[in-house]
Amino acid sequence: MRQHDFESEYDSSWQEFEQFLAFRPDRFRLFRKKTTVTVEAPFSAAEFPDRYKALCHNLALARARGYSDQLLDRLNKLVVAGHHKLYSARSNAKAHWASSLLFGFPVALRANARFVWFSTLAFFGPFFLMAVACYLNEEMIYSLMGPGSVSGMESMYEPGKRAIGRERDSATDIMMFGFYIKNNIGISFQAFAGGILFGVGSLFVMVFNGLYIGAVAGHLTQLGYGETFYPFVSGHSAFELMAIVFSGAAGFKIGFAILSPGNLSRKMALRRAGRDAAWIIYGTTIMLLFAAFIEAFWSSKSEIEPLVKYSIGAALWLVVVAYCLFAGSQKNGA
Amino acid sequence: MHDSLVQRIDTTYVVETPEGIQMQAELAGVIPRAAAYLIDFLLRLVVMVAIILFGLFFDELGHGLILLSWFVIEWGYPVFFEVLRDGQTPGKKTMNLVVMNDDLTPVNWRTSVLRNLLRAADMLPIGYLFGAATMVFSRQFQRLGDLVAGTVVVHKVEDLPNVGLPKVDALIPDMDLTPEDRRALVAFVQRYDSMTSERAEELATILSGVTNKSGQANTQHLYGMGKWLLGAKT
Repeated sequence: MRQHDFESEYDSSWQEFEQFLAFRPDRFRLFRKKTTVTVEAPFSAAEFPDRYKALCHNLALARARGYSDQLLDRLNKLVVAGHHKLYSARSNAKAHWASSLLFGFPVALRANARFVWFSTLAFFGPFFLMAVACYLNEEMIYSLMGPGSVSGMESMYEPGKRAIGRERDSATDIMMFGFYIKNNIGISFQAFAGGILFGVGSLFVMVFNGLYIGAVAGHLTQLGYGETFYPFVSGHSAFELMAIVFSGAAGFKIGFAILSPGNLSRKMALRRAGRDAAWIIYGTTIMLLFAAFIEAFWSSKSEIEPLVKYSIGAALWLVVVAYCLFAGSQKNGA
Repeated sequence: MHDSLVQRIDTTYVVETPEGIQMQAELAGVIPRAAAYLIDFLLRLVVMVAIILFGLFFDELGHGLILLSWFVIEWGYPVFFEVLRDGQTPGKKTMNLVVMNDDLTPVNWRTSVLRNLLRAADMLPIGYLFGAATMVFSRQFQRLGDLVAGTVVVHKVEDLPNVGLPKVDALIPDMDLTPEDRRALVAFVQRYDSMTSERAEELATILSGVTNKSGQANTQHLYGMGKWLLGAKT
C-alpha cells in the first residue's frame, strides 16, 4: 500500500484521535490556553486504549514501509500525546494527596533511618561541642562570628528589653515571617541539593549550622541571657532544627546513592534515592512553614510567660518525634 | 556511516513504549537551554523589581511581602510553569523546549520539584558550571537536577508543513530502489515548496548519472518518481 492510500484510509481516525486529545474537560483551566476546539469527545474514553493501540500499529507500519518524514512525524507526535494521556493519569493518589503527604513523609524518614541518624549526628554533634565550648570560653564565639555580629546578637537577647529585637508590632511579625521563610527554607533546600556533591554539601550545611546555632546558644547562656533566649527559641526549635536535619538526611541519601549505588547503575540509584528524598523535602518544607509561623507570631511575644512557652515547646518536640516515629506505621507495616 | 558513531553524536532520544512503539524526541543542548534560562531570569527580575518597588511603599509589611514573593518566585516559578503549562516555562516556550520525564511522559510535581531544587547544586560554583559540565558529559544532556529527577529537556516537535506537490505527472520508477532511496525521493518531492527551483535542480544533478537526464528535465523526472512513490496514479 502506498502512502496516499494509507493516509486516506486512516486519516479520519487520526483526526478523531487528535480531537480526543484536544478535548479537556478537567481542572487547571485557569492556567491553560482557552481551547476553542471540540466540546464533545469524538469517542468514549473506554475506547481510547484500543484507539491508541491501533494508532501505534499504524505508526509501526508506516515506519516499516518507509513512508515519508511528514507522516512519520505526525504519527509519532500523536503517539507521544496518546502515550501521555494513557500513562500520565497513573497516580490515582491525587485525590488523597493530603493523606499521602501526611504519611509519606514519616514513612520515608523511617525507611531512611540511617541517613536521618547520620544527619542528626552531623548537626547536633558540632552543636553541642560548640555550645559547651562557647559556654566555657567567652572568646570562643569569635572564632566563628565577627565582633559586629556578636554584639548585634547580644543586644537582641539582652534581658530587660520587653520585645526581643525591636519593639514589635504585627507588621514586623509579617516581615520576620517573610525573612524566616526565605532564609530557612532556602537553607533546607541547599542542605538537600548539596547532597549531590557526594554528600559534602549537605555535610557542610549541617556542620556549619550546628556550630553556629550551638555557638549562639552557648554564648548567650554564658552571658546569662538565657532567660530571654530560651523562651524565644523553645516554640519553633522542634520544627526548625529537625527540619534542617531531615533536609540534610535527604541530601545524604542522594549523595550515598552516587558513592555506593549497589546493584544499580549510578543513574538508577540516584533516581530511586530521589523518590524518597522528594517526600522528605515536601515534609521539611511544611515543617519550616510551621516553624516560621511560630517564630514570627508566637516566639516573639515576650508578654507570654516563659513557663507557657517552655511547655508548648516541649509539647511540640513530643509531637514532632512521635509523628516521625509512628505516623503511617500501621499502614506501612501491615 | 558507523552505527556507533551515529548513535554517539546523534541527539535523537528514543524511548520504547509498552506497545512496542519507539517514541522519539530531540534532546536540547546547553546553548538553547542557557538562552531559555536567561529569558526566565530576566522575566523574574522584572517581576521582582516591580514587587520591590511596590513593597517599598509599605515599610515592614512591604518587606515581608518582598521576602515572601522572592522565595516563592525563586523556587516556585519553574515548578509552577513546568507542571501547569505542559513542561514549559516562558523561557522554554520561547526557545521551543519542553521538560519531560525520561520516559517522555509529562513532568509531574515530584520530578519538577526535584529538578528545580537541585538547581542549588547545579549553579555552583558559579554560573551553573556544575550543571553545564554534567550536561556536556551525560548522554542525554542532563544537569544534576535532571539526573536526580529523571527528566530530559527536548525540542518541541514542529509539524513539518504539509506542502503542495509540484504539477508533474507521476512516473513509475524505472530502476531498483532501496527503502532509503524511496524515502529520499519522497522527501525531495515533499520539500518542493521550500526550495528554489535552482536549489532543487542543483540537488537533482547529483543523480543525473543515474537518470541520464539533466537540468529541468532531471528535476521533473525525480519529482515524478517521488509522486508515484507517494501514491499518485500515473
